[in-house]
Amino acid sequence: MTRLYAFLVPLVLVLGLISLCTGPAGMGVAESLRALFAGGEGPLTLVMREIRMPRMLLAVMTGGSLGLAGAAMQGYLRNPLAEPGLIGVSGSAAFGAVLAIQTGLSAAFALALPLMALAGALAAVVILLAMAGPRGGSLTLILAGIAISALAGALTSLVLNLSPNPFAANEIVFWMMGSLADRSMLHVWLALPFMVVGWTIFATVGRGLDALTLGEDAAASMGINLVRLQWGVVIATACVVGAGTAVAGAIGFVGLVVPHILRPFTGGRPGALLLASALGGAAMLLASDIAVRVILPERDLKLGVLTALVGAPFFLHLVWKVRRERA
Amino acid sequence: MRLTGSILALALLLPCAVAGQGHGRAVTVTGEVASDAVPERPGRVVSINLCTDQLAMLLAAPGQLLSVSHLAAEPRSSSMAEQAGAYRLNHGRAEEIWLMQPDLVIAGSFSRRATVDMLRRLGVPVVVMGPAYSLAQVSDRLREMGAALGRETEAEQAVRDFEAALEALRDEVPDPPRAAIYDANGYTAGNRTLAGEILATAGFANIATEAGVAGVGRLPLELLAMADPDAVISSRRHPGASRSEEILDHPVVQALRDRSAGAVLTDRDWVCGTPHVLNAIAEMRALRRTVAAE
Repeated sequence: MTRLYAFLVPLVLVLGLISLCTGPAGMGVAESLRALFAGGEGPLTLVMREIRMPRMLLAVMTGGSLGLAGAAMQGYLRNPLAEPGLIGVSGSAAFGAVLAIQTGLSAAFALALPLMALAGALAAVVILLAMAGPRGGSLTLILAGIAISALAGALTSLVLNLSPNPFAANEIVFWMMGSLADRSMLHVWLALPFMVVGWTIFATVGRGLDALTLGEDAAASMGINLVRLQWGVVIATACVVGAGTAVAGAIGFVGLVVPHILRPFTGGRPGALLLASALGGAAMLLASDIAVRVILPERDLKLGVLTALVGAPFFLHLVWKVRRERA
Repeated sequence: MRLTGSILALALLLPCAVAGQGHGRAVTVTGEVASDAVPERPGRVVSINLCTDQLAMLLAAPGQLLSVSHLAAEPRSSSMAEQAGAYRLNHGRAEEIWLMQPDLVIAGSFSRRATVDMLRRLGVPVVVMGPAYSLAQVSDRLREMGAALGRETEAEQAVRDFEAALEALRDEVPDPPRAAIYDANGYTAGNRTLAGEILATAGFANIATEAGVAGVGRLPLELLAMADPDAVISSRRHPGASRSEEILDHPVVQALRDRSAGAVLTDRDWVCGTPHVLNAIAEMRALRRTVAAE
């Protein structure tokens, strides 16, 4: 365990540093970092503090949140296929965010953006749990998730197509694939409070998730309040996925790939997997966000494209494994 | 079966009904695109593209132009919205155009291909005009429109007026201030665009050139910040909200605007290669003078 963190923490730090030093302005590392910390009047300080810094912070926050949410949902549902992006939680959050922007609510009151996204995510998680709770099985969960995803996607497209703004319809790609390009510190401050609430709740569910691996009855006999555990997972997931999607769009597969890779190193304990997945998710999104800037610097390649290219084969592999275990 | 039968009957009858309402002659739909036999002096002209609309309104004889596109009547996008009110407005759909019985349709090269092909199959001559990518092409488009409408003399006069006014707007600027066009989604316009030429003629050096953007392309926010321009020029916000335009509120863009001259461009004078670009040049020239005076 300690060895895992000894690998993950430096990895996140190094990737964060690379992220800060990657960009079209093409300045030296030392010069960039001096401008970031020492400040000064030049345009480089503006670039470092208002463009690169928020981008790096949002990658860490959003990636960590997605990793956490994936690990927690998989632990609670005891289903390795549960992932906020795949089962429509991110999509519903995106619909909430689009509604907030298009109705003008977010212009009148900035926090409406993450709040509406949170409401969208919450609705999706509640429907999913009602239809495919711990006893629902993988298939029910995925099918319900597909339906929610499709509906949220269609409603998002509808709202954007009805907008009088000529640019709105093209933004469907952002909401479905996600991007961290040209975000500002404002977006960090919008997302952070909700994420902190989510992270705090997640920090308390670890023991319950560990106990749940023995079955619900055993967990209850160990003094775990299952109702509280369920609502903890639901609300925390809605908080972190809602806030992340509101500022970065729906980024899929992070919550699937990361817990899956790290599970063997945590002894199969869902509680321990939470923190590890948070670090792993931050690392994965930082790496993806560096990659989109290196591969196609002038095109604003969407983050979800990269994460799906890595994640979808993983997902197929997991489906295959689940199938073999059933047979 | 009965349903299928009636649908089939309807499908067979419908083209006849449309034809009857339209030209009252039989239409043979051959599937291949007919060559456009453009009449020498068309009397019923329909334009379906914002830019050809304005060129046509400038040059057409009274009564010659029947209809322009609905965009021509939008004050945001059209420099001639008021004049457009005098014409029937179309939405560029083959059916409505056919029903107007035009003897010439003028389309832009970005008009829907399916519509243009359909009109040609129905035997309506269509002239397709490209956009103007430079100020020199504004004169070309005026002449092309003149030829299409059989108004060559008027077109030549318009070209002479345009070029004289353009010449009058050119100044010797020894040390041109640096400007950036910066728009929704971070798009900019380089020197090989109409907007770029407007900027250059007004006496600005274009940041896009420094960043290696010649046509229309994305200018990364970082490069804009590093370039530290003397003026940042953006178009006016569209109605409704969008993420794409949010970038114009980014703290970096705001800081640049505070530090330099921020300007809002009047879209309608920039989008089309018509003599109205002279207004855009005059506007930018005034901006350049205030920037240089600071």
